[in-house]
Amino acid sequence: MIKRLSSPLSPAWLLAALLHVCAVQADTEIVQATLGNGLKVIVQEDHRAPVVVSQIWYRAGSLDEVNGKTGVAHVLEHMMFKGTKDVPAGQFSRQIAAAGGKENAFTGKDYTCYFQQLEKSKLPLSFQLEADRMANLQITDAEFAKEIEVVKEERRWRTEDKPQSRVSEQFDSLVYRAHPYGRPVVGFMNDLDNMTAEDAREWYRTWYVPNNVTVVVVGDVQAAEVFKLAEQTFGKLAAKPLPVRKPQVEPVQIGERRAIVKAPAKLPYFVMGFHVPALKNGSAYSEQDWEPYALEVLSSVLSGNDASRLNQKLVREQAIALDIGAGYDGTNRGQAATFEIAASPSEGVSLETLQQAIWAQLDEIKNHGVTAAELHRVKAAVIAADVYKRDSMFYQSMQIGQLETMGYPLSLLERNAARVQAVTSEQVQAVAKKYLLPDQLNLVTLDPQPIDTNAKPAGQPHQH
Amino acid sequence: MNALNFLKITLLALLLQSYAVGVLAGVNIQHWTTAQGSDVYFVENHGLPMMDISVNFPAGSAYDTAQTSGLAGVTHHMMALVAGGLDEETLTNRFADIGAVLGSSFDADRASFRLRTLTSEQQGALDAFSLVLHRPDFPETVLKREQARIVAGLQEAETEPDSIAEKAFMQSLYGTHPYSLDEGGEIDTVPALAATQLRQFYQSHYTAKSAVIAMMGDLTLAQAKQIAEQLSAGLPQGPAVALVSAVAPLKTASLKKIAHPALQAHILLGQPGTRRGDPDFFPLYVGNYILGGGGFVSRLTEEVREKRGLAYSVYSYFMPMAALGPFQIGLQTKKAQAGEALELVKQTVQAFVDKGVTEQELQAAKDNLIGGFPLRIDSNSKILEYLSVIGFYRLPLDYLDSFNAEVAQVTVEQVNDAFRRRIHPERFATVIVGAE
Repeated sequence: MIKRLSSPLSPAWLLAALLHVCAVQADTEIVQATLGNGLKVIVQEDHRAPVVVSQIWYRAGSLDEVNGKTGVAHVLEHMMFKGTKDVPAGQFSRQIAAAGGKENAFTGKDYTCYFQQLEKSKLPLSFQLEADRMANLQITDAEFAKEIEVVKEERRWRTEDKPQSRVSEQFDSLVYRAHPYGRPVVGFMNDLDNMTAEDAREWYRTWYVPNNVTVVVVGDVQAAEVFKLAEQTFGKLAAKPLPVRKPQVEPVQIGERRAIVKAPAKLPYFVMGFHVPALKNGSAYSEQDWEPYALEVLSSVLSGNDASRLNQKLVREQAIALDIGAGYDGTNRGQAATFEIAASPSEGVSLETLQQAIWAQLDEIKNHGVTAAELHRVKAAVIAADVYKRDSMFYQSMQIGQLETMGYPLSLLERNAARVQAVTSEQVQAVAKKYLLPDQLNLVTLDPQPIDTNAKPAGQPHQH
Repeated sequence: MNALNFLKITLLALLLQSYAVGVLAGVNIQHWTTAQGSDVYFVENHGLPMMDISVNFPAGSAYDTAQTSGLAGVTHHMMALVAGGLDEETLTNRFADIGAVLGSSFDADRASFRLRTLTSEQQGALDAFSLVLHRPDFPETVLKREQARIVAGLQEAETEPDSIAEKAFMQSLYGTHPYSLDEGGEIDTVPALAATQLRQFYQSHYTAKSAVIAMMGDLTLAQAKQIAEQLSAGLPQGPAVALVSAVAPLKTASLKKIAHPALQAHILLGQPGTRRGDPDFFPLYVGNYILGGGGFVSRLTEEVREKRGLAYSVYSYFMPMAALGPFQIGLQTKKAQAGEALELVKQTVQAFVDKGVTEQELQAAKDNLIGGFPLRIDSNSKILEYLSVIGFYRLPLDYLDSFNAEVAQVTVEQVNDAFRRRIHPERFATVIVGAE
């Protein structure tokens, strides 16, 4: 996820744990309403503290971009702070700050989200300001010219100078030849170099309409009051037709793919990834869709905690890896997902040796399944997470906003734990055998380069 | 985006703990001392069927020497791995089987362990947690393996511009004071650490008399007292650990330029700043909000990012510690404009110190800090951390209750006076990694 600001004081930790299927049971009722213009409002009352989280979710992310304009969703996110007729550049942030609030925004593949955290009586300010910039944003050439430079600095900081981020970007490009998930959210530098204010305006005109928005509020509020307030603010905006979104399905992979990234670093590192199904959304959503849950359990058994198989066997017992982890993010709007394993070998251990040891761990599960104790542990973690998540209003709000934006029913929040718990050893075995195959491997390796202080900056695109 | 969050060796965690400290009138803190001399801070709250405990020790990297750099961190790291005669897998699963979470944090002053568990599973969780605190084993085989992993992490850090900058900056600020030491140790000191040294460090620094226990959540006072007694009673019974020695102010300016092939220059500048309980704490804290702490509305962000597009992130902060923690200003920008950006930052800071703040800026800062105070204590985990800080740094028990009043009392004159006396840009330490 790309955020507009990352400073030592930013709440990045809140966003870290959200990329998993492990959703949870809602204890308090979630209520929703749809305004006449199509804008949806979802409220979860939480009266533990006199505060409120307000999040505005636009169903527009890098998934919706086209070649040559990658990064425009994220650039528009930055421009959303650059002023309207009534609220000039910089004033949005100043008004929220004066109200004691925190605010920021982030762009992902599936969505762009703007949020404020406030003392509960300040919610009207959030809605007034958000409704204003939903309809009245002014993108001037002068503000754009400055802000695009900020975004390029963000790309340098976030991606270009971080070897593992470059591996990640290369991995996405390798896995997805046609699907837009192959493109970086922050955009390619060439596209940022050539982006214009008009590109940002076009994006805003196309996607920033009330019928493409979900407003999520969690906090010490009364739902009826929130709906009324939404009607008075967002309700005044006119709906507009949205473009038809065409399905974008990745062609079947017909053989192993490999890539190498050379960058200044010390430790070798690689990512192994496989195409796997995402949880079906929209009208295809089904309670019988079990494979994503089996993959989630597989991911937990391999690397849910430090005693899970990959870390226990390869880091602790065999000591052939310095670090290792598996991951699967099964919920998304784009309906394409990968199962990934990333690792760094110990000194003196070859990449091939470690990769073979990983295959051996996968074969063990393919041949023998997982143990009852392992399934119990996954279940215990999901049950506990159901309770722990309620300590964070922001986290609960994120879950609601993501599910809604990705096209899943909110009943998934209640059903999810039971569906994880229903997974059997045989199902875990089945998905491992079906998807984690050598012919389906995508392997990106970081080849560490010595720090040559006289060299030209690594990765600088050729410039004329 | 890659869903995997590849873990760095945990010991390399940055010093950047949130500076925010806050209060809600109505957080009722119970405080007592156990029979063995541990200070306990407890907030009872039955809103969720869960509890959080944090046990804090003066056992951070400031208790290392240049020769033993890494001892404190490796001791802390090893404690969570093998304890009570159980092997690693069994100990980890004691927590995982019941959905309990063992957490830890480590900085120059403080080494902590945290437990989060469902109330219904508290007995099993506390039993496992007690093994970590009371009976760490430090076996040679595991130590050897972890030393190799930590050294690999340190070698990787030597290639990362932000890590290089942070390390050089702390050395410039602190010279021979132990705050200059890398929390993770050094490539040549970590492999030399022996299990006997770790055991000694544990015995001398994880004592009951030094421990500060913070508890939050679904417990009665009677239950909390019983748990605190048990946690305290199993700890080593040595004397309390001495405080970190005082930090000397910088006498002259310094500039380190370190070559690196990255596209961006990483720039840090600053000086030793404030300590916990500092008489100038509130004027400096409120003032820094205006200078570089207040997100998008600070002077540094306005000048460097909003007006000129020179950086994605530019900030300043005070990190108050037992002795003077860093006052740090930082930014990253493409190499060609590093000189321009640094000059602008210097001018902005100099103007801030010379001319001070306006009434309007001060009011905006107060509006945010006071108006936002309910957000500071809106979760069990936030309250737990405040309890730990209040206890560990011996802040007054009404620190939270008086926080807003303290902020409200700050005047323009106090801010300007405190910055003029305490902040000396002409003697700043500056580090540029990736200088052209």
